[in-house]
Amino acid sequence: MAEYKIQTPLTAEVVKKLKIGDKVLLSGVIYGARDAAHKRILDGLAKGEKVPFDVEGSVIYYVGPSPARPGKVIGAAGPTTAYRMDAYAPKMMELGMRGMIAKGKRNDAVKDAMKKHFVAYFGATGGAGALINKCIKKAEVVAYEDLGPEALRRMEVSDFPLVVVGDCYGGDLYAEGRKQWEGKS
Amino acid sequence: MRVIEAAKVTEAVRALAMEKAYKLSGDVLRAFDEGEKKEKSETGKEIFRQIKENAEIAAQGEVPYCQDCGMAVIFAEIGKDLRVDGNLEAAIQEGVRRGYTEGYLRKSVLGDPLRRKNTGDNTPAVIHYSIGEGDKLKLTFGAKGGGSENMSRLAMLKPSDGEEGVKNFVVETVSIGGANACPPLVLGVGIGGNFEKVAEIAKKAALRSPDKRNPDPYYAAMEEELKARCNKLGIGPMGLGGVVTVLAVNIEVFPCHLVALPVAVNVNCHADRHGEIVL
Ligand code: SF4
Repeated sequence: MAEYKIQTPLTAEVVKKLKIGDKVLLSGVIYGARDAAHKRILDGLAKGEKVPFDVEGSVIYYVGPSPARPGKVIGAAGPTTAYRMDAYAPKMMELGMRGMIAKGKRNDAVKDAMKKHFVAYFGATGGAGALINKCIKKAEVVAYEDLGPEALRRMEVSDFPLVVVGDCYGGDLYAEGRKQWEGKS
Repeated sequence: MRVIEAAKVTEAVRALAMEKAYKLSGDVLRAFDEGEKKEKSETGKEIFRQIKENAEIAAQGEVPYCQDCGMAVIFAEIGKDLRVDGNLEAAIQEGVRRGYTEGYLRKSVLGDPLRRKNTGDNTPAVIHYSIGEGDKLKLTFGAKGGGSENMSRLAMLKPSDGEEGVKNFVVETVSIGGANACPPLVLGVGIGGNFEKVAEIAKKAALRSPDKRNPDPYYAAMEEELKARCNKLGIGPMGLGGVVTVLAVNIEVFPCHLVALPVAVNVNCHADRHGEIVL
């Protein structure tokens, strides 16, 4: 289990180094989007519209933050459960997305697409909304403002603590970690 | 007959909603300490360190513990010698409205399950009323996260499934959905009653303190056994592997029909935000 400091945007070379269980401190620009924003991106694409951010090498964070207090960047901002985005993720990878931050297991279609497009899946600690808040230095809504907590956000993060939970070799820490500790106490 | 003003109820609920979003109670923090000591996986220990640090940052009152500030659930036990001057239901809802708005908490409640428009103030809360002795009003408050709620399950077992059937259902629930529910978990288990009662007592159990065992030694032993079995699943903190998946199993029971054996498991996450106040 290695430890890395990584800067976005991600390249295939960086993703290929990552294995499940590795600890990562991620810095740079990431995009916050969840169910409704994904749906708008892909619906827009079908209508011939452009994706409202630079997808190439991008990292998408599945997050729906709590409101920012006056003068603050953002509220609590922990990850949401990833499986609801499984329907959209392979298409996003095709478009150039190289990393996902969320929590929870993914389906086989997502894992296959991660192998094909060299994409990493990072786990952030679910519920650690206040801790993660401290890593977010800037946040602004870039599209779909009407969606409130579900709007598409551009965020600048510094040393966001993550664990590689899915790698581009088909590794799945949710399955492997459990296998390793099953039956133990 | 004692009388309290509805405005007092509103104020109490507002304060609970705001406080609980930022400050986990001591019983939960103690359970984290214990869990961290027991956990053997390095990744698992790291998760415990993170959620403890998260609790410390949130307790400063600037950022809520979790961005999902939950749907509010309230158990209101009304003493028979107490009269609330005003509309109790409206008073509680107003408290939730103010707490979530003034506390900068995320509003996660939709006015309609299919048309899905946010009500904008996190109301309505789910309220369970009961009438008891005395002249007090006891409010038990919970802010229940959606991710862990989604991993909850209910079954109408056959009486012949017996104790083993109930226990297997609980362990199976954690096995299927535990990893997605932000473990370490607190499980609220309801056994008995009927279809709707079993879910209600499971919720009550989920909001019970993780360090309080069922007063009946038979069920207290079952709580310990279930905890040990769930922790052997290997799911671990955040589902990344480890020996601490649940912090506590809380069982509540209710009499039931002779042909029935209902069981419900209400899964609560480490953002175990519960509290009570007596007015
Ligand atoms: S399951 Fe609980 S800890 Fe996890 S995101 Fe939801 S409310 Fe927060």
